[in-house]
Amino acid sequence: MMVVQRAVAPSGWEPVIGLEVHVELNTQTKMFCGCAVTYGDPPNTHTCPVCLAHPGALPVVNERAIEYAARIALALECTIAPFSIFHRKNYFYPDLPKAYQISQYDAPLAVNGRFAYWVGEQKLVCRINRVHMEEDAAKLIHAGGETGRIAGSDYSMVDFNRGGTPLVEIVTEPDIPSPEAAREFLTQLRGMVQELGVSDVNMEEGQIRWDANISVRPVGSTQLGTRTELKNMNSFRFLQQALQAEIPRQVAVLEAGGCIEQETLHFDPETGTTTPLRSKEEAHDYRYFPEPDLVPLTVDEAFVERVRAALPELPQARIERFMKAYGLPRYDAVVLGSTRALAQFFEKAAQSGVDAKLLANWTMGDYLAHVNAAGIEPGMGHVTPERLARLVRLVETGTVSSAGAKKVFELMLEEREEPERIVEEHGLAQVSDADELANIVRRVLSEHPAQVEQYRAGKQQVAGFLVGQVMKATHGRANPQLVNELVRKGLAE
Amino acid sequence: MSVDGIDPLRLTARAAKRMLVEGEISAAELIKVYLDQIERVENRVRAFLLVTADNAVRYATEIDREAGAARGALAGLPTAIKDNMVTEGVLTTCASKILANYQPVYTATAVQKLWGDHIVTLGKTNLDEFAMGSSTENSAFFTTHNPWDLATVPGGSSGGSAAAVAAGEALWALGSDTGGSVRQPASLCGVVGMKPTYGTVSRYGLVAFASSLDQIGPLTRSVSDCALLLSRIVGRDAHDSTSVQLPEPIVEPQATRLDGLRFGVPHEYLAQGVQPGVRERFDETLRLIEELGGIVEEMSLPHTEYALPAYYIIAPAEASANLARFDGVRYGYRSAHAGDLIEMYEYTRGEGFGAEVKRRVMIGAYALSSGYYEAYYGQAQRVRTLVRRDFAEAFARYDLLVSPTSPTVAFRIGERVADPLSMYMSDLCTIPANLAGLPALSLPCGLADGLPVGFQIIGPAFSENRILGAAHALEKAIGFSALPTFKDTSAVACGDTGGGMHSSHRASPSDARAEGEGA
Repeated sequence: MMVVQRAVAPSGWEPVIGLEVHVELNTQTKMFCGCAVTYGDPPNTHTCPVCLAHPGALPVVNERAIEYAARIALALECTIAPFSIFHRKNYFYPDLPKAYQISQYDAPLAVNGRFAYWVGEQKLVCRINRVHMEEDAAKLIHAGGETGRIAGSDYSMVDFNRGGTPLVEIVTEPDIPSPEAAREFLTQLRGMVQELGVSDVNMEEGQIRWDANISVRPVGSTQLGTRTELKNMNSFRFLQQALQAEIPRQVAVLEAGGCIEQETLHFDPETGTTTPLRSKEEAHDYRYFPEPDLVPLTVDEAFVERVRAALPELPQARIERFMKAYGLPRYDAVVLGSTRALAQFFEKAAQSGVDAKLLANWTMGDYLAHVNAAGIEPGMGHVTPERLARLVRLVETGTVSSAGAKKVFELMLEEREEPERIVEEHGLAQVSDADELANIVRRVLSEHPAQVEQYRAGKQQVAGFLVGQVMKATHGRANPQLVNELVRKGLAE
Repeated sequence: MSVDGIDPLRLTARAAKRMLVEGEISAAELIKVYLDQIERVENRVRAFLLVTADNAVRYATEIDREAGAARGALAGLPTAIKDNMVTEGVLTTCASKILANYQPVYTATAVQKLWGDHIVTLGKTNLDEFAMGSSTENSAFFTTHNPWDLATVPGGSSGGSAAAVAAGEALWALGSDTGGSVRQPASLCGVVGMKPTYGTVSRYGLVAFASSLDQIGPLTRSVSDCALLLSRIVGRDAHDSTSVQLPEPIVEPQATRLDGLRFGVPHEYLAQGVQPGVRERFDETLRLIEELGGIVEEMSLPHTEYALPAYYIIAPAEASANLARFDGVRYGYRSAHAGDLIEMYEYTRGEGFGAEVKRRVMIGAYALSSGYYEAYYGQAQRVRTLVRRDFAEAFARYDLLVSPTSPTVAFRIGERVADPLSMYMSDLCTIPANLAGLPALSLPCGLADGLPVGFQIIGPAFSENRILGAAHALEKAIGFSALPTFKDTSAVACGDTGGGMHSSHRASPSDARAEGEGA
């Protein structure tokens, strides 16, 4: 059963958030023509009469794009419509060569889904209103001016390479209870889409983009307030910041007896505030009507089942499995299971049979820190899953202490060596030889007669000091448990 | 027969094809016949926006060098193309200022197919701007004159193609039909014109007016030619999602009898405004049908009166979106004195489009706008469904439906310019077939007041062969043999309505306008 705990906004108020997420698909060709979908190629090198909207050109639906969209829809547990319709969304802008975008309107590809995501220890479920297909606009480059926006620019250039890239729009219900949850939702949704292999979801390339709708209402109310739409949040952090800024603004308006105006707001990351877009940019009547150049899209049951059967394991399911199969706490499972690369790394390492929790700690700790610092994908670099597992095995067997293991790990990053060999070469093995340690203990006790005396007089905590002295004498390589035993034994003699 | 014996006003494509195949004439000689005729009459008819004479001669010469099997099925046949089908490297203007200098980068599928058959393109024919009109008076450049009486219109929007065929300036031509734009000018110019079932001819490269209604179709001097030309342009096209494969190929019509065929005459099509002369020729043709063994019955298509208003919502609505791409950004006309983006759109479109195009774009945008959509576009689509149902019920009882193609013969240039509604009435009998996507053909059935009268045959979807067969039998029985006289009954010299940037342009073989590579 879903438990939604609303984050507490200014006291007595709670936010209600919904998201519209656009995902560019990584199909080989565009949505309605045979031009290649590419990134970073010279401008206007992937265009044709169709995506430049030359007179007489007609769109033809990319079947692979439908399959990819269906993959997203099914992963979001949506119902795929057996019959859906493309509409024309009409407006003039230089990045839209036909002056209409072929999109879907009242008969989308898929409806009524849900997406479960975790915020800390809490599992939230967001209902998905719809998943539909459309085409991306071209890319505008505004030259001159300071902001890079059209206002104040000297001239604008259009790169039609992106124009016509297949785009999937995911629209949620207003089920997201906090800015933090919105951020988590997006992060985990992005991970899921990546897992599906249908988009590179590169945020710098704009392959995943989003707008947020937000309203506030008195805690406990079930009615929705008037919402505003937030744009220009091109990182997860900005999304959270924008929502966090918008909540007190709306509450202040309402508490002052005012009304929220339904409008579109532009988030300015510099100031951290939201400002209304000029109404001229916003006042659209899109005059939707069914696209007469395309026949209705029919999707049969066999197609749906084929796509469904080919779905990979999704992060949410994997997180649950990690908890069950490896006995990991939820936090560990979320960290390790959310992205495919790290999950695969962990699972490969776990095949060695080392203690899963210990392995999880190492993977989430030193290993993930290394991956993040180096800016590489999990699995890349010298530290293979096998090597990390062998290091964990060394810890497990007491061959190295955990402090020693950290040193071994650091050396592994540089030396491309097996951990055992590093331990050997650098003399990092934990001293577990009882005879050798017993000699050292004897020596330390003889060097600290006063402390030995104190202990014997009943001051038990002195044992800790003596253990420390032994560890120091062994340069930290001694097995602490064994040292502890031997010190107490020696004091008892 | 030698070249000297060829009368371009009478020569059919079938006959020309036979003569070429049998070596009686060469392709170059045949082209010369048409270029000479263009030289003789074009300055009076003004059917062409562009004559690609040099290309035509060069290409015909090449064809003459090709032997036997290497020659395409229509090798050397001189053809005119309505100027709303894109032709790579050859200007395609849609008779609009906004595309006055537009050089397409690809070729329409239907034209490409004909090029694959080695037809020879004579040039691009005049039309009402973006095919919006019934007279060619909406051309931004000039009005085409009807060869039967130069003071009258050739009909439209494919008026240039119809006039070119009627005037012997082309062996045959392609037109496009959105609400009667092939059949009505065919009727007014005394030639055969056919709109096939929606989807049978690819629309790829046909500059869209109303996507759910547009179809390319032939304008020819005989029913048999019509079948021949149609048979070469039909077929499913991967570039047009709405295209379909005909269930059976188009065959050469042979029928001379109509035994047992049931013909329905929708009385709504005869209700108002049919000129007496048109009615007489129509009734005579009905009697011929009975003489040929056909059964004629008056019947009803009850929703006919709503078809015209529904059409004038749906077509403008689609047009308002289809013509939105002409924004001055990527190609075509761009206003020189815009200060910002919005002005660039406004001035470009304000200066680039003619009055009728603007009227329809505005009607269409209004009909689709928030709050009005259901009352206009939604309602029109429901009417369309009812019109379709009328036809479906009719074709359960009748094999074919017949009517006059146009309620009137060719009207005088300028007569209806100030009255769009009376102009719209020209298409009363032709529009319902577009709304229902049905095939329909117009063939000449005689003269009234010295001007041709067209007889329309409408069939169920994919009944092209049935329609062509019946038309063939009727054509033989009617024996229409009158020829246009190029007389001019205007008291004063008729001025051009366009007066636009190309009003000084006159097409002739020596025409200076750019010619591209395609033949």
